[in-house]
Amino acid sequence: MHPFTFTRVDDESAALAAGTAGARYIAGGTTLVDLMRETVERPDRVVDINALPYRGIDLQRTRLRVGALVRMSDLAADPGVREQFPMIVQALEASASAQLRNMASIGGNLLQRSRCLYFRDVSAACNRRSPGAGCAAIGGRNRTHAILGTSDACVATHPSDLAVALAALDTAIVVRGPDGESRIPITEFYRQPGSTPGRENNLPAGHLIAAVEVPRVPEARRSGYLKVRDRASYEFALSSAAVGLDIRNGRVRGARVAVGGVATVPWRLPAVERAVVGRPASAETWRSAARLAVEGARPLPENGFKVELLRRTVERQLATVAGLS
Amino acid sequence: MSLRHRSPSPPSVAFVTSHLDHTAADTSFTLTRRTFVGSSMAVGGTVAAATLLPGCDSDTPNTAESATTTVRMRINGEERELEIDNRTSLLDMLRERAGLPGTKKGCDQGACGACTVLVDGVRINSCLTLAVMHDGADVVTIEGLEHNGRLHPLQQAFIDHDGLQCGYCTPGQILSGIGCIREGHNRSRAEVAEWMSGNLCRCGAYSNIVDAVLSVREV
Repeated sequence: MHPFTFTRVDDESAALAAGTAGARYIAGGTTLVDLMRETVERPDRVVDINALPYRGIDLQRTRLRVGALVRMSDLAADPGVREQFPMIVQALEASASAQLRNMASIGGNLLQRSRCLYFRDVSAACNRRSPGAGCAAIGGRNRTHAILGTSDACVATHPSDLAVALAALDTAIVVRGPDGESRIPITEFYRQPGSTPGRENNLPAGHLIAAVEVPRVPEARRSGYLKVRDRASYEFALSSAAVGLDIRNGRVRGARVAVGGVATVPWRLPAVERAVVGRPASAETWRSAARLAVEGARPLPENGFKVELLRRTVERQLATVAGLS
Repeated sequence: MSLRHRSPSPPSVAFVTSHLDHTAADTSFTLTRRTFVGSSMAVGGTVAAATLLPGCDSDTPNTAESATTTVRMRINGEERELEIDNRTSLLDMLRERAGLPGTKKGCDQGACGACTVLVDGVRINSCLTLAVMHDGADVVTIEGLEHNGRLHPLQQAFIDHDGLQCGYCTPGQILSGIGCIREGHNRSRAEVAEWMSGNLCRCGAYSNIVDAVLSVREV
């Protein structure tokens, strides 16, 4: 780990003033400390923002607002969130381990960096870490990598489960900077790698995520998150699906579908949503819609199985959520 | 002897310095196997790092003092004050500086749970957090569970249910088990297995670990 100065800031203006080039904000630290130890991250200043007032879980009439410093475990345990947003709770509880969820913040979860082994290994070629260096994963071990949203420069998946659920629900990322507060829709927050995989999101430099705002849509209550992985717990997704359905009188009125573990960013599936809305809630509806989930998939030599796995993940989770009362 | 006030201080020197300071500041210091091995490894490690990372000195802050911070913590009920390199994880501080090697270092990257401790009553991985972030915190490690010669009920349960083989993961399992029970996730075998999944046991004592955690209703 490279040396750095450490500052604890007590208010937002001090935090923004400290967040200049070369500095990194730290909240839970579960990504940053790990990557600093691997020398993937080499900040010369680390700014502890845990004293900022970004802590509330506020379930309002039209939306849920969650402060960026709320811990994953606290959000998952909130009674109102458990009742109104099952897919968020399930995505959180399928993430990492109990200890890590006690540490990791909501804002940090959304900003966590790639888990690609070549990204973490500073002796390997990685365009995300060192632009122009090449990508060791494309010709290397890529069983766990993405099949959607990839480019010739990078094929790493986005690791967050929470972000998949938030993407399905049209969440807004509340950003605060020297110029005040703004909102970025989560689907516009993340950047596909293209030719610049090092630019992972559209958070302006020197800005902080203060909160996320999740609309209370009808599909949120009948919802769930399915995570398929190599072991039953404490593992990243090979494929996952966040599904919410609004079903009335046996017909689908509204649908929210996003998938993870297969794409370079949290991946919303509007084609699947359109294919189920207005249709009877039936096995045939789920089967035919799920075929659309893999449109445009570009498998790598070792992850061709993800195409069928993703189709089945979406079909099964549509059926599971439809079967909920 | 202190090298800390050299400026700028290359990282290898700073790291070695923390060991030298430890030996100088700790009046009860005796050369144990653990201290000797730890010091030797640190020196060996920094030689390798210096070879592999030429030029990394350019990232060194201008004032060497700013690379260290004084932290105060209540550790197992005892108030402690330590001056530490900012890079020190809570795990390394406990083991190398606070004289509490009961907390184990397994993977050092948040994948095994051997380093689990309670901070302000909550179980966390001490390897993935910086000690400087916990100024003023209350920390409990495996050394702090015994009271007046009596083991903590979960320590006793691990013995009664044979919840270990080699024992290396055991301190983390027990601290994590206390967190699991406090959180109320000890209602069934399946629930304990899921909520203890952050603690790996390479001997495979899982079945007995689940028995031990299930046998203690409250902590």
